[in-house]
Amino acid sequence: MLATSFVHPDWGLLHDQFWALTVGGLTAGSIYALVALGYTMVYGVLRLINFANSEIFMIGTFGALFATKWLGIAPGADAIHTGFYLVLIMGVCLIVAMAFSGTAAVALERVAYRPLRKRGATRLAALISAIGASLAIQEFVAFRRGRNFEAFPRVANRDVLFTFFGAEIRTDQVFVIVGALVMMVLLDQFVNRTRLGRGIRAVAQDSETATLMGVNIDRVVMLTFLLGGIMAGSAGLLFVFFFEVTKYNIGFIIGIKAFTAAVLGGIGNLRGALLGGLVLGLIENYGSALWGTQWKDPIAFLVLVLVLMVRPTGLLGEALGKARA
Amino acid sequence: MNTLADLRGKVSGKIPQYNVRDAGARWWAGLPRWARVVLIAAVIGFFFVLPSLTIPLIDTPTPWASVLFSPIALYVLAALGLNIVVGYAGLLDLGYVAFYAIGAYTIAVLTSAHGSLSFWVALPFAVAAAMFAGLLLGTPTLRLRGDYLAIVTLGFGEIIRITANNIEWLGGPRGITNIPRPSDIGPLHFEGLNAKPYYYVGLTFIMLVILMVRAFERSRVGRAWTAIREDEDAAELMGVPTFKFKLWAFAMGAGIGGLSGALFASYQTVITPNNFTLQFSILFLAAVVLGGAGNIPGVILGAVLVAYLPERFRGLGGQRVFWYGVALVAMMVFRPQGIWPSRRRAAELADPEAGEVLAAVTEADVERIEEELEDVSLPAHELEGHHDG
Amino acid sequence: MGDTLLELAGVTMRFGGVTALDDVELHVDRGEIFGLIGPNGAGKTTVFNVVTGVFQPTHGDVRFNGKSLLGLSRNAITRIGIARTFQNIRLFREMSALENVMVGADAHHRTSVPSAIIRFGRHRNEEADGYERGMQLLEFMGIARRAGEAARNLPYGDQRRLEIARAMATKPQLLLLDEPAAGFNPAEKRGLMDLILRIREEGYTVLLIEHDMSLVMGISDRINVLDFGKLIAGGSPAEVRENPAVIEAYLGAPNAS
Repeated sequence: MLATSFVHPDWGLLHDQFWALTVGGLTAGSIYALVALGYTMVYGVLRLINFANSEIFMIGTFGALFATKWLGIAPGADAIHTGFYLVLIMGVCLIVAMAFSGTAAVALERVAYRPLRKRGATRLAALISAIGASLAIQEFVAFRRGRNFEAFPRVANRDVLFTFFGAEIRTDQVFVIVGALVMMVLLDQFVNRTRLGRGIRAVAQDSETATLMGVNIDRVVMLTFLLGGIMAGSAGLLFVFFFEVTKYNIGFIIGIKAFTAAVLGGIGNLRGALLGGLVLGLIENYGSALWGTQWKDPIAFLVLVLVLMVRPTGLLGEALGKARA
Repeated sequence: MNTLADLRGKVSGKIPQYNVRDAGARWWAGLPRWARVVLIAAVIGFFFVLPSLTIPLIDTPTPWASVLFSPIALYVLAALGLNIVVGYAGLLDLGYVAFYAIGAYTIAVLTSAHGSLSFWVALPFAVAAAMFAGLLLGTPTLRLRGDYLAIVTLGFGEIIRITANNIEWLGGPRGITNIPRPSDIGPLHFEGLNAKPYYYVGLTFIMLVILMVRAFERSRVGRAWTAIREDEDAAELMGVPTFKFKLWAFAMGAGIGGLSGALFASYQTVITPNNFTLQFSILFLAAVVLGGAGNIPGVILGAVLVAYLPERFRGLGGQRVFWYGVALVAMMVFRPQGIWPSRRRAAELADPEAGEVLAAVTEADVERIEEELEDVSLPAHELEGHHDG
Repeated sequence: MGDTLLELAGVTMRFGGVTALDDVELHVDRGEIFGLIGPNGAGKTTVFNVVTGVFQPTHGDVRFNGKSLLGLSRNAITRIGIARTFQNIRLFREMSALENVMVGADAHHRTSVPSAIIRFGRHRNEEADGYERGMQLLEFMGIARRAGEAARNLPYGDQRRLEIARAMATKPQLLLLDEPAAGFNPAEKRGLMDLILRIREEGYTVLLIEHDMSLVMGISDRINVLDFGKLIAGGSPAEVRENPAVIEAYLGAPNAS
């Protein structure tokens, strides 16, 4: 018969583990939020779903992984560092991850989207190109690295920082959440305060007028992809730091969830990406407690389908180019 | 000058070929009737004899007849169905494997897991179940913008697969086994080692579907679909009930996908959720897209390529998905038109005199206006001054 | 002239901070040729969009034969009897000229998927009807020889005529023409004026947006003038031409080419 967990949600489990689930949800949600930024920015500027953003993220994870190999850090007890060295290691990994992802994103735009943009192709044609690019990148990585999980060394101790109503809150969880928030604040500041950021918002709002004002569309688009890539790269680092694995196709499920987060928060809205990511992380964690972990991924799909059907503009609903008073 | 009343009943001149779309179709329509009959008979004859032939250059490591059925004939059938959705109505469906799966699982459930109907009796139910799923999915989602629809269908495809994986009644991860083969029909006897009867059944269904699709092409339905694909908003304003026809396209495509899945199930005799992953949706889509022209021969060609090449070049098997990805990008980048004609319209429904209005609208208006601008070209092209034909 | 066919009552159309139409009151009588003019950005196409159901007005009502059109879908409004052409031509480019017109004729057809598969009865009758009506309209427009050609291959003038033919195929009572003479030379404009007059003789009512003053003044029975979304003048061509508010709105001599 139908799995009983489907019909009888486990409220007890949800109640007992509520705060642990909440922290876990916020952690995962922070990662979704960072990747969501890539989707939402590209959509805001080009009205295009960058289906391959998931692979940009995946490339970031491998960047972080390679950085540890170059630094000579292998999985094992002596991989753990503290203090200055830890900061150094994380810094290097972060930069390498962002470099990998940012470069990949810019290359992707050049090869798979720009020619279509120049020809006035439809959005659907661009989406197909995105799918093709996503497949090609995934398979290329599989070809080079195989199809098995690869381990990322634990470079920091996972101490319990404090407890909150019985839930243990660890350093790594805090690091992910805070790290993601910092990246997002930086991006927000960049987009709202710098000249380049203004260019992005102008193009998102009205590309024709923006050009008349002297904005170089090609450069803005490239910058948008670069920024989205950098965000995805940082998400990649946080992901391998927390989950300690990566593989050629981890991008897919993270990407779908990140896209769901972007839509949930309001596509084209940077703050919406943050909100959407966190909310989605919470929903899927609570859901997996209620109905079992095997339903965790379908929950994300279900949220996506429901949001698109019921409230496609999302929770915050504004577009990137919206002038904020 | 004539009034309209004068012209009644006096349509002048030779009846023009008003519904042939490309050079190939024009050539075909220009042939005398007997030539067309002979050609069709020859083609059908060729396909009937095909499994028995051994053609050195084309032959595959796996037995030729079984490859002809699975995957080639199955893919051709599914691609023809998906082409109705994608190629005719212009709706991007990234989760088509869901209908294939529903057809397969319905057969499996009715003939093996929870019933003992014969294949032929269960088949209409399988097709109906898939069509119903198409209606169910389409009704709330077909009002969405094209790219959102694509993602929703992708989500639906995955939901179906994961649900099948998680529910014991559908066999869970181990799937459903002992699916009986179809009972004898006419001279055809179905057994494990011989794929030919399956192939002939598949071929028959393919021909029926082709006839049906051609009937649509030359009717109001085909016109409506083409109008929707070209310019949905103009079509609405010319009185085309676009939602209704989009839903029909979705349902018909789903039904055909279900038909193909049903045949698959009875051939494999075992199905598991892993037979219905996202990758197959993309392969089906690749079959429709790579054939290039969006017409029936193009779709068949694409499906044959997608199904046949990995069988022929088994060594490439591991890399085939990579090359499909590259091919998809290349098709979109290099083919001047692709299936979807380039559309050069900017914000036309919004008052062009109030173009600035769009920048300051509320989110509800953006939503509504964006619905009207469904296939607005990516903004930057306008600046390139790209106008031709 | 007959009774009121179309009526806009207090129609206001607001998009966020911008008011595209401001409390517009106008009516079109059956059988007349009604011209709607105004400087660029005045909101003329927005009027068309509101009438055809593309936008729902923020305030006010749109009535056709006395019944409100608010809330109706676009294709329902077309079936009720309102058809339009577009400022930037929106033909179905890959279809032939005749097929484009047949899509219009299909507006009142009821063939759907099952009938198309069976191919008898309703499908055959409606195909024959659409074909005949389509060829008649093409002949009427003077482009019958283009029937089999793809719409994108037609010369510009024929494309404009084709769009009108397609709109007429939907059997409208009211025909909305959005700058039908754009891009025409003087001879073509005269031909178009004749055509519109003949269309009216066939029993259609025409609501016309046009920038060319001599064309609009030459064939309209009545003209209304919009500026910044507001109606600033209305009346016969002679009255409107003399109206100081109109002249001021156009900032000098109107384009009289």
